[in-house]
Amino acid sequence: MTYIPHSPKERDAMLATIGVKNLEDLFKDIPAKHRFPDLDLPPALTEMEAAAELAGYADANETTQSFVSFLGAGAYNHYIPAAIDHILRRGEFYTAYTPYQPEISQGTLQAIFEYQSMMTLLTGMEVSNASHYDGATAVAEAANMAYAQFRGKRTRMVISPTVNPQYRETLRTYTQGMGLTLAGDDTRANLDGGPETIEKLIDENTALVIVQYPDYFGRIYDYTRLADAVHAAGALFCVTANPTALAILKTPGEMGADIVVGEGQPLGIPLSFGGPYLGFFTTQKKYIHKMAGRLVGETVDNRGQRAFVLTLTAREQHIKRERATSNICSNQGLLALASAVYLSLLGQTGFRQVAELCYHKAHYAAEQISKLKGYHLCFDTPFFHEFSVCCPKPVAEINAHLLEHGILGGYDLGQDYPALKDHMLIAVTEMNTREEIDLLVEILEEVSHD
Amino acid sequence: MIENTVPMEKPKVVEPTLFELSSPGRSGVTFPQPDVPVASLPKSLLRKELPLPELAEVDVIRHYMHLSKFNYSVDGGFYPLGSCTMKYNPKINEDIARLPGFAFTHPLQPIESVQGNMALLYTMQEWLKEISGFKAVTLQPSAGAQGELTGVLIMRAYHQSRGDTKRIKMLIPDSAHGTNPASSGMIGLQIVQIPSDKHGNVDLAALKAECDDTVVGLMLTNPNTLGLFDEHLEEVVKTIHACGGLVYGDGANLNALLGVLRPGDAGIDLMHFNLHKTFSTPHGGGGPGSGPVGVTASLADFLPAPIVDIVDEGDDDIPPLYGFINPPKTIGRVKSFHGHFGVILRAFTYIAMHGPEGLRQISEYAVLNANYLLARLRSTYNVPYDRICMHEFVAEGMVEGSDVRALDIAKRLMDYDFHPPTNYFPMIVHEALMIEPTETENKDTLDAFAEALIKIAAEAKTNPELLHEAPHKTPFGRMDEVKAARELVLCCWLPEDYASS
Ligand SMILES: Cc1ncc(COP(=O)(O)O)c(C=O)c1O
Repeated sequence: MTYIPHSPKERDAMLATIGVKNLEDLFKDIPAKHRFPDLDLPPALTEMEAAAELAGYADANETTQSFVSFLGAGAYNHYIPAAIDHILRRGEFYTAYTPYQPEISQGTLQAIFEYQSMMTLLTGMEVSNASHYDGATAVAEAANMAYAQFRGKRTRMVISPTVNPQYRETLRTYTQGMGLTLAGDDTRANLDGGPETIEKLIDENTALVIVQYPDYFGRIYDYTRLADAVHAAGALFCVTANPTALAILKTPGEMGADIVVGEGQPLGIPLSFGGPYLGFFTTQKKYIHKMAGRLVGETVDNRGQRAFVLTLTAREQHIKRERATSNICSNQGLLALASAVYLSLLGQTGFRQVAELCYHKAHYAAEQISKLKGYHLCFDTPFFHEFSVCCPKPVAEINAHLLEHGILGGYDLGQDYPALKDHMLIAVTEMNTREEIDLLVEILEEVSHD
Repeated sequence: MIENTVPMEKPKVVEPTLFELSSPGRSGVTFPQPDVPVASLPKSLLRKELPLPELAEVDVIRHYMHLSKFNYSVDGGFYPLGSCTMKYNPKINEDIARLPGFAFTHPLQPIESVQGNMALLYTMQEWLKEISGFKAVTLQPSAGAQGELTGVLIMRAYHQSRGDTKRIKMLIPDSAHGTNPASSGMIGLQIVQIPSDKHGNVDLAALKAECDDTVVGLMLTNPNTLGLFDEHLEEVVKTIHACGGLVYGDGANLNALLGVLRPGDAGIDLMHFNLHKTFSTPHGGGGPGSGPVGVTASLADFLPAPIVDIVDEGDDDIPPLYGFINPPKTIGRVKSFHGHFGVILRAFTYIAMHGPEGLRQISEYAVLNANYLLARLRSTYNVPYDRICMHEFVAEGMVEGSDVRALDIAKRLMDYDFHPPTNYFPMIVHEALMIEPTETENKDTLDAFAEALIKIAAEAKTNPELLHEAPHKTPFGRMDEVKAARELVLCCWLPEDYASS
């Protein structure tokens, strides 16, 4: 079926107004030899049939609901309050587009303004843009911004090997051919050294230093000293942060970060097999002219009402074209809205509660697992809600066993870090009950025997 | 831009911000007490304060309900925003994307546990190939612009893999969307702008003059942003190929071509799709989009990693096993995970419900609607490149004997309860009004819109002030954009206050 509303009579009247006989006459500019190809696609379904067909695909999956999940590694299983989706489902929000016409887009504009406010507050920065595609692309855009800030004169970027491997990969893609050196992007490097190992990589040609907080292995470091070293070299310091952790942890702003980005998925956005998520991007006001993405500012209308508009648009591709910092146009507007609703529903009490639950449960799990014979925690640095466990067997083997018991085990770090063969990255959130953790521990013990 | 005409007075707050609504001690959602022993928090690593707004659930709901009423949307009315394809978004697609079997799958689950997702992604790749005539597709890019970035990286990598390292120039017509030069600029290519001829096609002579062995390729939007199908497409493609370049298609305007022309058949080498335009996934107030890229066989090895493939054929009893594979010469990944799965689901459902005939009808009626509006409006507004258009057309927002501009006409349209067309793009038309009705609008709506525009043209002559000061009937009037840019108030929470408290 289609969503085309025309009756045959209306269609014919319209063709007559245009002055053509039939619909085909409208396509004479199309090269005749390729015009109107037969498409080899399945025949159209009615809504009823489509609903059944798609349910079939969905039913062929296991989920974090049908299974107990300890998977994180960049996407986290958090509780999503019901009210969020009720707001997202309002056609006024989800069927609008970019608020180019502020007189009839104040809903979206104020919502983004509030989102910007909450993100700066979380990260300890001064300004936030209206979003990037995801955490990985937000990191890449930070590199773009730093490159632009130094007008291409500094060509070295330092990135910690303990930044999410997919973010590093994305950064490599974005910067290929630009003549940049990516220092630190080496998974065989010492993963134990903490910020000091990064410090050693900074030189006078360094434009940007990027670290993750908590890092990919869940570890929390105070980056204040590193930030000082970065600034001493005249470079910019970027932290990619987990927003849930920021509910309780010292802000990257407080440590001296110039750019704080990250993956906003933990803020009320479903896992949805990896997307759409939310890249948040915050920085200091002095860098605003090199920042990419849309930005909402407060103003008044000609009736004396407080209102909001897209501002500093001259930075963006539609005006600056090839000289724009980034090509971003569509962003993650609806997901930014989701995260703002999430944060406003939880407020400081609820949000802290989530972060603390994650922390306590992860620590309980880590403690129980470290008591098992054959298992031990890889690092003794403080961690948030994720930790790496050295296992007595290949992770894939353990996970296959866990799967049989209805558990989605942790991420196999050996896939990305040759030195971390048989290391599992386990994430625990407020969604995991003590019973579930105990079950995980029990099965882990069982696997180590057979 | 206009200056605020109301001096000094404190602006009237129509809807308070979340922060203004906040009252200490309120809470919308709370969580269970810990069922595990409480671990000690690392004191030196804790933040001092977290001054998020504090609200009850009802406060939050009412706040957003109030805000939603200030928005114009496709669900609320006609949204002929040229180049954006603001068609109706079927409701079933929303339900499908929220099925727990999809929404609660983690992107790193063992492949065996997500074969439903994998089969769907594989099928989507196949369908997009069939619709576009390309030989391989990546679903990873997040939106059109990221599809472009993917595309230009592939083009350069292709040349370099052949030892052809001289190529640094990207040819881009002057009618192109800003993302085209921005994408090429981002990877350090030189942009050469190609003018349009007087029929709105790429100026062939100018194109030929730029074609040499330093050309990476051409970024072509076809139909172009004037809504016109390039009459010399074959020659344009031939010219670029003759100098060793590749032709990139900006697929933003694919809504004119479904079942009409497969860009791959016409010699285009690679193209991005905008699922949020052509395949009706909602625009979300700015996003998310999804920008898959299709390529010819010779570019397939360069696609971003990973793509979905059958890794084990299976047999009569065992279904095929889908997995991720890395194309051998991949440019790398362009984002985390596997693309905007939730958006892809909606587009998949949309294609499944249309089938081959339905897809062709989409384009036929999109083109019918655009030509109908063009026919009704061409005697009132000048259309500089006036011929049978595709899914959109561009008129000049000017009225003889009046000083009104496209902006005034756009704002006045709001008083008639229509969303304005895109204005001031493409840049090659003065005072551009770019009108894209889409196929989902009926004749009554189009008639009402045409009549409003005709009436506005009359008002422009008799009462231009009415237009200069429009809109009048909307909840908000024109904005003081200068003030916004000068004062740069970008958040309602001020870091200075926070730091000093
Ligand atoms: C012609 C054209 N190209 C590219 C784009 C960029 O697409 P997106 O917004 O999905 O990044 C647009 C979007 O408006 C467009 O109209």
